[in-house]
Amino acid sequence: MKVLSMHDAIAKYIHDGETIAIEGFTAFICFAAAHEIIRQGRRDLTLCRMTPDMIYDQMVAVGCARKLVFSYMGNPGVGPLFCIRRAVEKGIPKPLEIEEYSHFGSICRYTAGAARLPFFPLRSFVGADLAKVNPNIKFVENPYGEGRIAVVPPLNPDVTIIHAQRADTNGNTQIWGILGVQKEAAFAAKRVIVVVEEIVDESVIRNDPNRTIIPSMVVDAVVHQPYGAHPSYVQGYYDRDNLAYLEWDRISQDEATTKAWLEEWVYGVKDWASYLAKLEKKEKDIWIRLAPGNAPSQPVNYGLYS
Amino acid sequence: MTDYTPTEFMITLSARALAGERIVFVGVGLPNIACNLAQRTVAPDLELVYESGVFGARPSRLPLSIGDPTLISGATLVCSQADLFMNYLQAGRVEAAFLGAAQIDRFGNLNSTVIGNYSKPKVRLPGSGGACEIAIHAQKIFMILRLKKRAFVERLDFCTSPGHLKGDKRERVALDIPGAGPQLVVTDMAVFGFDKESGEMTLNSLRPGVTVEQVQSEVSWSLKISKDLKNAEPPTAEELRIIRQDLDPQGIVNQ
Repeated sequence: MKVLSMHDAIAKYIHDGETIAIEGFTAFICFAAAHEIIRQGRRDLTLCRMTPDMIYDQMVAVGCARKLVFSYMGNPGVGPLFCIRRAVEKGIPKPLEIEEYSHFGSICRYTAGAARLPFFPLRSFVGADLAKVNPNIKFVENPYGEGRIAVVPPLNPDVTIIHAQRADTNGNTQIWGILGVQKEAAFAAKRVIVVVEEIVDESVIRNDPNRTIIPSMVVDAVVHQPYGAHPSYVQGYYDRDNLAYLEWDRISQDEATTKAWLEEWVYGVKDWASYLAKLEKKEKDIWIRLAPGNAPSQPVNYGLYS
Repeated sequence: MTDYTPTEFMITLSARALAGERIVFVGVGLPNIACNLAQRTVAPDLELVYESGVFGARPSRLPLSIGDPTLISGATLVCSQADLFMNYLQAGRVEAAFLGAAQIDRFGNLNSTVIGNYSKPKVRLPGSGGACEIAIHAQKIFMILRLKKRAFVERLDFCTSPGHLKGDKRERVALDIPGAGPQLVVTDMAVFGFDKESGEMTLNSLRPGVTVEQVQSEVSWSLKISKDLKNAEPPTAEELRIIRQDLDPQGIVNQ
């Protein structure tokens, strides 16, 4: 039984100065965890994410981060990330060190981290400038043939936070939709927090083992937090709140409006339940607006062999 | 002739470039709507591949990003991104891909990382995402970007994605870059190809009403012009109907 409240999971497992990955490619981005980290005032974090997205924009805006490790610094489908830009270009609220890869580079780093390999080879970076500004991207001789190949070092976060549809109380976690680097990021980490829309009985997991992406073995804490990925989305549960992403695009362009928003929506609420209540007060029918239609898969027969 | 916007010109000309292609790596925005138009016109068997890990997407609404949930429902296959980048892209199984950028040079090298100096940027742009490896591995690269002098530059501030490098084909071979590189640049004023020998961008066709002088005034180098320069075939009524009614009824991309 690994179920903790979000407050307790963050308090117990995330410490100042650590390397954190809150992953999820457009989908499954755990804002509930990020806001709790902000409220608990963590500092000097190294934040890793393929696409820092709005979630790290907010964490950088409050000064949580010392360093950002990434491969696409944008607000997907919307525009730039203004808070991260301010930190990188002007050192506001404080300077932010960056370590940059391509997406494939990031994926290979997590893959090496998960498998505890010393590096991972990939055919990329040639003819381009990224390897010139990131000394961690190196080229080695092919030991079995001709030519050189790029390699990247493993990424082993102190903590990875994964949002998913469901898990049992021990942390056996099932995900469907965009799988991203969720599995690799979890296996690469020293500690893993899984945040889910639903806690289900172990039998639900065992009835569909092919859908279990992260096993209890690598999970330290399970947090039950419905709508915990808002304004990101969870496949089949709620759609991305694109209006919120567009709103952030406006708010984040100015330092003062950014601060005011964070005061109101992060510091001004005590937990995610209060955030949701505030959200529902602002827009009564928000979950109707974001509800997807139904598109269930056909059940499959695993067979009973007794 | 039906009226059309410069954006509709870009979407239509990009879609037509996909005639005969089967597997295309799709980016968000204009490439996305162009690929969907192609699927309904010149390339009905087109498989849409997204870097989020989706193969054979059949989006039932215009996806707002490359990670939109509409890409999942009804797709042929959804896999991890490790799977997608290794076994699909790196293995050479993607035939065509669209890329955009803030800067392009005459050999189709692209910058989407930074304006100014990398360590002291004037403007920090998103960076590679998957663009660097897409440029290396997709068999053909198509670019969509608006024609502007500050985008069509003599020298990139940073090379995010390699094109024809300095123009000598042997360079790509020596670097073990398998794809054939940039094939086409579709802009709102003109369409460019690349010279097979010199690797240099060449003005192939104009949007009707646009002059060579207008195009040259938005390009920082002395432009190479095709002997067969012609006016591009404007969007047809049917292509415009599909864009306006089916693909982007709210005018999100087509502004």
